[in-house]
Amino acid sequence: MVISTEGLSFTFGKQQVVKSLALQVPEGSIYGFLGPNGAGKTTTIKLLLNLLKPDAGNINIFEQDIKTNRISILSQIGSLIEQPALYQHLTGRENLLNRALLLQVPAKRVEDMLDLVQLTNAANKKAGQYSLGMKQRLGIALALLADPKLLILDEPTNGLDPNGIIEVRELLKKLVAQHGKTVFISSHLLAEIERMATHVGIINNGAMLFQGSIADLQAISKPLVRVEAENTVDAANLLTRNHVNVTEVTDDHLLVPYISKQQMGEINALLNKNAQTVYSISKQQKDLEKLFLDITQSA
Amino acid sequence: MKGFILSFRSEFYKSRKTLGFWASIILPLLIGVLLFTGFYVKSERLVSLPPMVLWLQFAGAILGIMGSLILPMYIIFIAYSVNSIEHRADTWKTLFNLPIPRWSVYAAKYFYAVFLVFLCLSLFVLFTIGFGNLLSIVKPELRFDNFHMESELAQIYFKLFLSSLGILSIQFLLSLLWADFLKPMGIGFICTIAGVVAASKGWEYSYLYPYAHPMEAISSMLKNNHGDPSNRLQIDVFTKDVSVSLIIALVVFVAGYFIVQRKSVK
Repeated sequence: MVISTEGLSFTFGKQQVVKSLALQVPEGSIYGFLGPNGAGKTTTIKLLLNLLKPDAGNINIFEQDIKTNRISILSQIGSLIEQPALYQHLTGRENLLNRALLLQVPAKRVEDMLDLVQLTNAANKKAGQYSLGMKQRLGIALALLADPKLLILDEPTNGLDPNGIIEVRELLKKLVAQHGKTVFISSHLLAEIERMATHVGIINNGAMLFQGSIADLQAISKPLVRVEAENTVDAANLLTRNHVNVTEVTDDHLLVPYISKQQMGEINALLNKNAQTVYSISKQQKDLEKLFLDITQSA
Repeated sequence: MKGFILSFRSEFYKSRKTLGFWASIILPLLIGVLLFTGFYVKSERLVSLPPMVLWLQFAGAILGIMGSLILPMYIIFIAYSVNSIEHRADTWKTLFNLPIPRWSVYAAKYFYAVFLVFLCLSLFVLFTIGFGNLLSIVKPELRFDNFHMESELAQIYFKLFLSSLGILSIQFLLSLLWADFLKPMGIGFICTIAGVVAASKGWEYSYLYPYAHPMEAISSMLKNNHGDPSNRLQIDVFTKDVSVSLIIALVVFVAGYFIVQRKSVK
């Protein structure tokens, strides 16, 4: 395990923000750390980076205790917490050169990083004039500068446009597949995590609700078929009579657990054959809220 | 130690394009140029003065306002400027998760502020001597070249430097805790006024109050008696107010480290 914590707890004032967390992040994984805003994700990340001291519990990174091996552990981690921390009065390149100086990384690596995040053309522009997406990319370049074994990224796609999100996703996948890195990435978007993560941890109100591989998660998070019809009640009755399990009916749509593409086709044919007007039929993922509900109910 | 040196170099790299750094060079230069111009224009009034009195007037014009105004205000500004780089960029968290011991990061920042104060005061010495000698070249009737007070000036400014360390530590800590300039500035300003009043009224315990130290240093060394000019300078660097300043600097510096450990990372 690259990261493993045991009974990790932290309290801000009277509010317990992290409750007895047991993270298990295997080597070579992209670990999606999922939870709504305010769930305790950033606090957990700050605990992992030794920026906050836990009230209780242990943190082991690279099989070493962070309390006693802080420097050697931190030298192998690249991180991006909340908004990227950039010196606005320095250019993008100067921001990287300053960090390279502190980390004793050759200046050549700065150019490689600029190239990697496609900021070479904007390298001499002040970071204060960067767009949010450019700042985020520079933040990722800063995290990658020392070629760390573990990357800890807090919502790195915040503020990126769809292209930027895809680029970051592809970059992270490449780092894991080709360079053997481990990535710990937090997000409040299930769909984003599902597209790249190999492992997932779901946290809410500071407590871990679920932890396992992406396959384990998909077993819980079964997709649904959403049918928009003229008369949803009649359509639902018709489906039920034909042994199709309808889980939700509203004025404009009904939901059926997804089994396969064929099943979707059959539902459509059945409704059409029986003179039910179908406006649309689509596969839909459960949103995070419903997933939480499912997980908490099954627990 | 390596971490300290790396952090110190990084402090220079970050600040070299900021007003905080350039103020340390521009301030003594600007004041030197102003004084030079003043003496140049009004030279006929000064021709009759003996070289020693000329130097005392020249250097004294800066030193007179140094203790009460320039130095405390400059320190308040420098202490803020070194810390505001991190406040503005929200980079405390990045600084403290570098693979560098935290004390190195903190100490490098503090000593960089000390270095800037030292640089600024050294330039005051350099420019005072330089412009004085330049005056004797462009206005040979001003006999600046007939007297030398380099070593006295260096000692006076060295004492000022030591006297300022107490204030610097306090202002450094205040600027570290508050991102808002008005708080450390306001507190520093009020404390400086109180210090000037305490020192100028000769309050017997003013040597215990750091904001009075630069003023005390000046008034103890430059006497205003109108008798023999050679008695006007009485240089004694290591007095008890300097010791108090150094002790306060050390205590606040150490205390600041523990406060930073808890405060800056949230």
